[in-house]
Amino acid sequence: MSFPWANHYAPKHPLMRWLDEKLPLPRLVYNAVGAGYPVPRNLNYMWNFGVLAGAALVIQIITGIVMAMHYAANAGVAFDSIEHTMRDVNAGWAMRYAHANGASMFFIVVYLHIFRGLYYGSYKAPREMVWLLGVVIFLLMMATAFMGYVLPWGQMSFWGAQVITGFFSAIPVIGEPIREWLLGGFAPDNAALNRFFSLHYLLPFVIAGVIVLHIWALHIPGSSNPTGVEVKGPQDTVPFHPYYTAKDGFGLGVFLIVFSLLMFFAPNALGHPDNYIPANPLSTPAHIVPEWYFWPFYAILRAFTFNFLWIPAKLWGVLAMFGAIALLFFLPWIDRSPVRSARYRPMYKWFFWVLVLDVFILGLCGMKPPEGIWVLLGQLAAIYYFAHFLVILPIVSAIERPLPLPMSITESVLGEEPATSGQPA
Amino acid sequence: MGRLAVPFVGFIVGLGFILALLCAVFFTPHDAPEETAASVFHKEPKEIHYASDGPFGRFDRQQLQRGFQVYKEVCSACHSLRLVAFRDLEEIGFSKAEVKAIAKNWATEVPTVDDKGEATTRKALPTDYIPAPYANETAARASNNNALPPDLSLIVKAREGGAPYVDSLLTGFQNPPAELLKRFPDAAPPPGLHYNPYFANLNIAMPPPLVADGQVSYSDGTKATVAQMAQDVSAFLIWTAEPKLEARHRAGIVAVVFLLIATGLAFAAYRNIWSGVKH
Repeated sequence: MSFPWANHYAPKHPLMRWLDEKLPLPRLVYNAVGAGYPVPRNLNYMWNFGVLAGAALVIQIITGIVMAMHYAANAGVAFDSIEHTMRDVNAGWAMRYAHANGASMFFIVVYLHIFRGLYYGSYKAPREMVWLLGVVIFLLMMATAFMGYVLPWGQMSFWGAQVITGFFSAIPVIGEPIREWLLGGFAPDNAALNRFFSLHYLLPFVIAGVIVLHIWALHIPGSSNPTGVEVKGPQDTVPFHPYYTAKDGFGLGVFLIVFSLLMFFAPNALGHPDNYIPANPLSTPAHIVPEWYFWPFYAILRAFTFNFLWIPAKLWGVLAMFGAIALLFFLPWIDRSPVRSARYRPMYKWFFWVLVLDVFILGLCGMKPPEGIWVLLGQLAAIYYFAHFLVILPIVSAIERPLPLPMSITESVLGEEPATSGQPA
Repeated sequence: MGRLAVPFVGFIVGLGFILALLCAVFFTPHDAPEETAASVFHKEPKEIHYASDGPFGRFDRQQLQRGFQVYKEVCSACHSLRLVAFRDLEEIGFSKAEVKAIAKNWATEVPTVDDKGEATTRKALPTDYIPAPYANETAARASNNNALPPDLSLIVKAREGGAPYVDSLLTGFQNPPAELLKRFPDAAPPPGLHYNPYFANLNIAMPPPLVADGQVSYSDGTKATVAQMAQDVSAFLIWTAEPKLEARHRAGIVAVVFLLIATGLAFAAYRNIWSGVKH
């Protein structure tokens, strides 16, 4: 599962030797994230975000477990139990703000992690499985975050649950029964709140399990790198520990500084004020807005305003919103360019940055009330989103002439003239 | 052929979404939202600064006590503060004895049962949460022209604009401007509602609560102008919404300073370990 020159685990202490014979757990860690895992020497800071996402998950699980000790999943008292945590539990405010803002931090690093993969072609063979499992993690995260947001049982919790579960009612005939079955009622209420709490507690551990698979699948071919050129020999790699543990340690520090600034000095900046109003089924908020990490997808949902081919606009919107994520599963087979890194893909590089801008615009449109210019902008941005993946990428990968690749990672690091420079760029 | 199946199917699906969106672009209206009285005359909250603002912000306890007095003598006639207990008032500088007296003399008593099990009320204790002015929502609506005065415990966090919004709302009552009625003849406040440009739809059910300077007489000698009372009570409501604000700011500063040092060390370790390796 690793390169032949990988360091081998050799326990020195008799106790460790004894343990290694019975349960080779230290060996597993050594090979997974220790000195036994050779990693390309040229990774840049964009390769920090996988570890940071793992750290964010650990923070969420720890703060979440403490929160659950004080939370009551009952529609009558859920809101007040959160306020009890904020006011009467020792450091409860810290746990709660860390958990709420931790979700945002988790999504920030995961989005950066995903865009890193898109830029450097990390999804391409032989790492398709790593990418597929990553998309699964992303989907699970979205489900977990959504259900977590429902738990405080504020106005946005309730109405967000109403809107999101309403997606299912877009399905003809069986949609409404499915929605009622999922909610355990005609509208979100105690039954829904309880099952959301149960699943919100379960899914993070499912995520942790899929992360194990994600890392396992990664270790088969080993990490990609900014050149996209595969590792050729021992000179191309350094052991994960101490080289990347040190670099990730620094990255973790920066991450925690940003996290602290957010949770200690602007803990409600990313939340919605309406969620400090207890849920009230009889009073609809003026604008129902999801959390920021769903805005781009919310914009895609709302961009469909026309019953094209007699299919209701709402159904188009729901299909497109799920499609926008589902298409990521097919990305390794849509982008057929043999070159991974956008560094050597002059056309793709441009379209990548347009996509980044496009997702920001979608996010903005998802935040704004759906009126006037925002509707049009959202529709154009949604068109580009689908065009990028389903039209532009296949064409670009067919017609683009990549720049010459370095012969090896070491060569690109040491800055020698590429041996292939005789070929036209 | 097989290797092109995914891009081909993707292309067809993508074309479907894109055509549906193009139809949406061309066949559904994109008119700018019509101007309404609220979209033209609504005002953003005034800029108001509080002692608790910023990363080093602390509460001004004198101000919180004045704000509490405004709540007690004015707001509490209609608005509850159900998440705050009398005992919490010790945090803003009242002594145990003062808290006991405040609880005992509170205008509303706490529902309980007597020896025979009959419903009755008793005087409040420091351990009680501040009793609501109305027994229930129906009673509150019946006394307020069918409007429900919201609980104020979290109001600062539950409204866009926070404490400055609360302050602006309290001092923002005015007669509807002539221009409003000229442009939107239907926009005159309906009977029982009051014009206030800081309120989302301009017409609020709450009558102006702070009407005259000296409505409350402060014991610390501060002149109780309307602006002063509004600022004091909105500062008090920052505390009711976020009683652990000072602990949060203090912990935050410790955390950030610690992390800056630790991250600096981590950076040095990283550079040291990599010093011999070109990358």
